[in-house]
Order: sequence, then structure tokens, then C-alpha cells
Amino acid sequence: MTGFLERLFASLFWSAVIKVVFVFVFLLVVVLLLVWIERKLVADMQNRLGPMRAGPFGVLQTVADGLKLFIKESVIPAKVELGVYLAAPVLAMVPAFLIFLVIPIRGPITIGGTEVTMQGMDLNVGVLYILAMSSLAVYAIVLAGWSSGSKYPLLGGVRATAQMISYEAAMGLSLVPVVLFASHQIGAGSIGMGTMSLSKIVELQSGSFRDLFTIGDTVVGVPGWFVFWLIPSFIIFMIAAVAEANRAPFDLVEAETEIVGGFHTEYSGIRFALFFLAEYINMFNLSAIAVTLFFGGWLGPTFPGVLPGFLPALMPIFWFMLKTFVLLFGFIWLRATLPRLRYDQLMDLGWKRLIPASIAWLVLFTVVTAWKAWGVPWS
Amino acid sequence: MVETVLFVVFAITALGGAISMVWARNPVYSALGLMLTMFSLAVFYVSNAGHFVAVVQVIVYAGAVMTLFLFVIMLIGVDKDEDRSEDIPFQRPLTLILLGLFAGGVLVAGARAWTTGTVSPTEPVNGTIEAIGESLFGDWVLPFEVTALLLIIAAAGTIALAFFGGDDEEGGS
Repeated sequence: MTGFLERLFASLFWSAVIKVVFVFVFLLVVVLLLVWIERKLVADMQNRLGPMRAGPFGVLQTVADGLKLFIKESVIPAKVELGVYLAAPVLAMVPAFLIFLVIPIRGPITIGGTEVTMQGMDLNVGVLYILAMSSLAVYAIVLAGWSSGSKYPLLGGVRATAQMISYEAAMGLSLVPVVLFASHQIGAGSIGMGTMSLSKIVELQSGSFRDLFTIGDTVVGVPGWFVFWLIPSFIIFMIAAVAEANRAPFDLVEAETEIVGGFHTEYSGIRFALFFLAEYINMFNLSAIAVTLFFGGWLGPTFPGVLPGFLPALMPIFWFMLKTFVLLFGFIWLRATLPRLRYDQLMDLGWKRLIPASIAWLVLFTVVTAWKAWGVPWS
Repeated sequence: MVETVLFVVFAITALGGAISMVWARNPVYSALGLMLTMFSLAVFYVSNAGHFVAVVQVIVYAGAVMTLFLFVIMLIGVDKDEDRSEDIPFQRPLTLILLGLFAGGVLVAGARAWTTGTVSPTEPVNGTIEAIGESLFGDWVLPFEVTALLLIIAAAGTIALAFFGGDDEEGGS
């Protein structure tokens, strides 16, 4: 068995196939859970019960809704641009799945003599890859809005373009200090060669931020997650992430009270379900990226002697999922709490607040890092 | 083997995108064709182990530039009919002649497979991003900064023109 798995993962092709299939199934299951959790949480916050009938605590409600959407007729309006109209929902799914391929859910494991990374591919341009794929996500929305041949979807599509371009700039700028800080950590205090590989960035966070006290031999302290050094980056990233995922309070793209359903007004059945899935996968992806870059990814205590059997090996995945779902709770909380922004407020926040703030923080961070590494220039 | 298959598939895609960009009557389809070509180019960079250039290609061209194109097309209205009258008299014969010249050039260039410099090993070069960073911020830091300055001046100039330039025209605020 081990020999077979070893040979399977040693071949680039088969390991890629296995990982891609795993990511596909994993994301679908996560989204099923996520939709249910969101409905339950929002219901709790609004003093309702939420889904109760399908399965225990309504956990199968999403499955039922999904099945319903898959079976329903997909109405195609008469005025659509057919090719683009059919392609747009698929285009929405592709970047969502591609982004998750570079996120490590666990450190590499060894089967026999083969090292298997627990991510689709450990790219050395991982951070940039994420930005590139998330910039492709806007196409699906724009094209869906345009090809529907109707006014409200077009408005939603144009809104989406403006919004996503604005907030992508802030998001990209907020990630520059992360890469700079990673190179600072590699060089152990001085500035050396940096890295954009997500697995390396996770490993760099394994140190400790401050040691608090010791019990016996174990040092208890604040973990060396980048968020403690880079809180402004994290805040800007999360605001931009909410806007990128088109979630409330930035859901102007699909604002029901203003433009019916926005870009997906004319979609029904399985095509609507694909847009819906893509939005939730994007939300999960953005939380996973934030966890990877700021909260130490899969790092966490594994309790090797305490937990029985193979559980210590699964603990990193548990920590990764726990941290991600804590951030997702934030997303849901925002949705249940904040009212939608007006369109000019959205643009103001993006261009006049977030981008200047991220540039100011970048300059401040760079100057302080350089000062700590090399001292003042006139000495 | 994989590289050849990828090249053939994406070369056809790139050419198809380029042709449809010129051919399409609807500007949205033109923009989509151009995006397809940009994306195929990114795949070529990946198959040549230039991951950084590929990702930048996707971010800048497929991500930002083409999104802005689409935005502008939708903002000024996609339903406007294109004016298809031709002002240049010998346009079509001239196109055919230029096309023939170009095809001849491609054939001549393809007949003698020339190489400049030594052929690099085919194994993927790890750390292209480091190499680019070194040369961009080491050897070429001055041209890089000057270009950045130039772009900022251009952007500031555009804003200045939009804000203060149109006093004698209608609606310049």
C-alpha cells in the first residue's frame, strides 16, 4: 500500500490529478457547510431559528437546496448573447478553484520516500498568483451582466468592474509588507532574499512573537503570526477581501433592493447555483489566504503524546480549518450587522481611504524595517 | 511532449483570439479575444519557466487592462453600431500584400532555425523571481525609478488636464 502510494505521488501527473480532485470535493463540502453555518448564524443574530427540518439542525438544508437548483429548469431569456451567457457561470467557478490550489492546508508529509505537499502546487510566486486569479474573477460577473441583455444585470456588471478594480489595488498594496516582512524573517533581522511561496510564509511564522511564561519545559507565549507585526495590513486586507467577495456591506454588485439580483438576475437553476457556489468558495478562499498570510496557516500545537493514533497528524488541518472558520464568522457577522454602503461611499472608501492608508503603512513599515536593519543613514 | 502539446493548443488559442479580436463586430467580443490571447501568452511564459512574468502578464493585462477596456466599452454603450465605411482606398489589396510579405518573412525565418546565445538547459529554473528582483533593483534601479517617476508624472498630468484643462471647452469643471 505504502509502495503504491509512494509511486503514485512520485508521478507528477497522478499526484496533480489526485490533488485537484481532492480540492474540488473539499471545496464543495466546505461550501455546503458554510452556507448552512451562515444561515444558522444570521438566523441566531436576527432571533430566528433558521433551517431546522432537513437533517439534524437543518444541516442538510443546503444539500436539499442544491438538489432543487440542479433539477429545476434553467430558463434562458430570449435576448441573451448565448455563448457568453452560458460560459459566464463556469468562468466564475474556475478562478475560485484555482486560487485554493496554492493554499497549504498542512505541512508536507512523506509517504515512503516521496514528499507530498498538502497544497496543489507550491509556486514561488504564490502571493502574486492569488492576486492574478482573483483579478480574473471579475470577468465572470461582468460578462454575465452584459450577456444577459437586460438593464439591471448590466448595472451590476459595471458596478462589479469598478468595485473590484478599486479594491484589488488596496489588497495588493496591503500584501507588500507581508512579503517584505517574510524576507526580513528569512534574513534573521537583516533584509535578504524574500519569498512569495505560501508554504514558506507559513513556516516563517512558526517562531514566537513574545514569550510570556514557562510551564516546565514548554514556553507559553504569543505565536509568531505575522498579524501581530502587520495589523494594519491585515485590517486593510480584510476590508478589501469583503469587497472582493461582493459580500455585505459591499454587495452593491447584487444589491437586491436596488438592482434586483444584479448580474445574476437572468440566471436560474444550475447556472445560478454555480454563481452562488463561486461566491461562497471565494469567501472561503479569502479567509484561507488571510489565515495563511497572517495567522500562521496550519501551525498550532499537535499534542503528539497526548492524542491517540493518527490524530496528531490531522491536527494541522484542524487548526487551519478552525482559524479559517473564525474569519468566516467575521464575514457572516459583518453581513448580519452592517447596512449596505452607498455607491459613492464605496468608491470613496476604496480610493480615498484604503489605498492611501495602505501606501502610508507600506512606507512607514519599510522605513522602520530599514532603520532597524541598517541604522540611520547619517550615522 | 507536454510542452509541445501545450504550445500547439495555446498557440491556436492565441491566434484565434487575435483573429476574433479584429474580426468581431461587437467590441465586447473583441476585448474577449484580446484577453484570450493575453492569457495564452501567460501560458507560454509558464512553459518557459518564467512564472513571475506569466503572473505579471495575467495581473496587468488580463486582470487590469482588459477589465478597464470592458468597463469603458460598457460605459459608453455596447449597442452602438460600428461605422463600417472605409476611408482608405487601397485598404484591402494593401492588406493582402502585407499579409503575403509577412507570411514570406515567417517562412524565411522558420526555414533557418537560428539561435542567439547558448541554448539554456530545459530543466525549470528555480527562483526566476529572485533573479528578476536582483537585476531590477540592483543593476537597473536607476532606469526603474526614472520610469516610475515618468509614469507618476503622466498620471498626475492626466488628472491635472481633466481638472484644470478644460476652461474654454464646455463642461470643463
